[in-house]
Formats: sequence, C-alpha cells, structure tokens
Amino acid sequence: MMPVGLAHYLVVSAVLFTLGLIGVLARRNLLLVYMSLELMLNAANLALAAFSRFNDQLDGQIMVFFIITVAAAEVAVGLALIVALCRQRRITRLDELTYLKL
Amino acid sequence: MSDLLFYLLAGLAVVSGFLVVLNPLSRSPVTSAMFLVATMVCLAGLFLLLHAYFLAAVQILIYAGAVMVLFLFVIMMLDLKEEQRQRFSRWRVPLAVGAALFFLAGLAGPLGRAKALSAATGTAVEGHTAPLGQLLLSTYVLPFEVVSAILLVAMVGVVLLSKKESK
Repeated sequence: MMPVGLAHYLVVSAVLFTLGLIGVLARRNLLLVYMSLELMLNAANLALAAFSRFNDQLDGQIMVFFIITVAAAEVAVGLALIVALCRQRRITRLDELTYLKL
Repeated sequence: MSDLLFYLLAGLAVVSGFLVVLNPLSRSPVTSAMFLVATMVCLAGLFLLLHAYFLAAVQILIYAGAVMVLFLFVIMMLDLKEEQRQRFSRWRVPLAVGAALFFLAGLAGPLGRAKALSAATGTAVEGHTAPLGQLLLSTYVLPFEVVSAILLVAMVGVVLLSKKESK
C-alpha cells in the first residue's frame, strides 16, 4: 500500500462529491436534495483542506472556514424557504414546484 | 497508523455518504440525516489527519452540531411521511448517473497529475487556531467582515421568511 498522499484525499473528495451530485439530480424529496447539497460542499471542503496541507499553505483552510460559514447561512435560509413552501403549499417534493410554469 | 486511520475514515465517509443518497433499508429522511452526521464526523477525522485541527472542531460544532440539528428539527416539524413508492424520479436517474460518470471522467486527468504532486509530502502547515486567526485578521480581514454581514443578512432573512403573514 502506498503512503497516503494528496491523490488519496482527492479521490475520497471526488467520490463524495459525485454521490452528492447523484442525490441532487435524482432524489425527489426536497430535504434530501438539500442534504446531498451539503454532502457536495463537504467534499469540496475536504479537497481544499488536502490541497492546503500538501502545498504547505494555510490559505486553503481559510477558504474552508469561509465555506463552512456561508454554508451555515445558506442552510438556515434554505430550510426556512422549505418550511415556508411546506406551510403554504404542502410541497415536499421537487417536481411539485411548477408555479413558474404558464 | 495514520494511513490505516485514513482508510478507515475514508471508507466510513464514503459508505455513509452513499447511505445518505440511497439507503436500501430505510425510507425515512431521519435515517439519511443520521448518516449525513456520520459523514460529517468522518470528515472531521480526516481534517484531523490533515493537521487542520481548528477546522475539525468547527466541522463538528457547526456541521454535525448546528446544521444537522436544524435539519432534524425541520424534518420533525414538517412531519415528513415515509416516502412513497418513488424515491427517485424515473427519467432523471440515468441523467444523474450519466452526469456523475461524466464528472468523474473529467476529474481523472487532474487526479493523475495530483498523484505525481503528492510525492512532496506536506509537513510544514499546522492548522492550529492561532495561525489561522492571524491570517484571518490580516490578509483575509475584508472577506471576514463580509462573511459577518452575510450571517446578519441570513438571520434577518430567515426571521422574515419564517414569520407568519398577518394581514
């Protein structure tokens, strides 16, 4: 077994990101799509932290810090939107969101 | 030892990530949320292996703590029924798998190059709180302030959104 390097972390990150991508594209439940989105963000965070480590620069970790902060804000707003949708229109599935259609 | 830990954590992260997206045993969103927590915790472990100690702590506190509690709270509040027959929209599954394969194929090239790059093992960077904080308040002080504004705006927006309309 070769020693764990940058490529290993990137492979894990890519696999997690792809799983999240599949979830976002294929799931119907609004909340599960949202969770898959979080999975994708986390995968990107892992890649950034790995790059930061193997390039001997701290900047990548700062980037991860910002991403985590913005993701927290995004989760709060997104979940509030989902709750509002659910309360007003009883929608929990993506393909019921067709109000922009003429 | 740390290599072994890496393989353990990475495997756990990928397996629980898979179970978030597609769980053959359970259809409840709560199970997915729990596996998402497991993924986050595994990723925090990977951050520790990358010597990003502060990020590992933040990952546990914010993601596994705050964000997932929010998710669970919303799941419980909306009282989502177990999903009925179709969890996946039918015609979108091949699309999703195709997009995933396309994405992985696109990544193969850069990953090959990263393999060559990883011969240089990083050792110098230690993600303790102090150096991160210094960088955050010197080079990155403007983005730092902007992020605080984003948090404020998000908070105001959420309060506005979740308020009951009274006419």
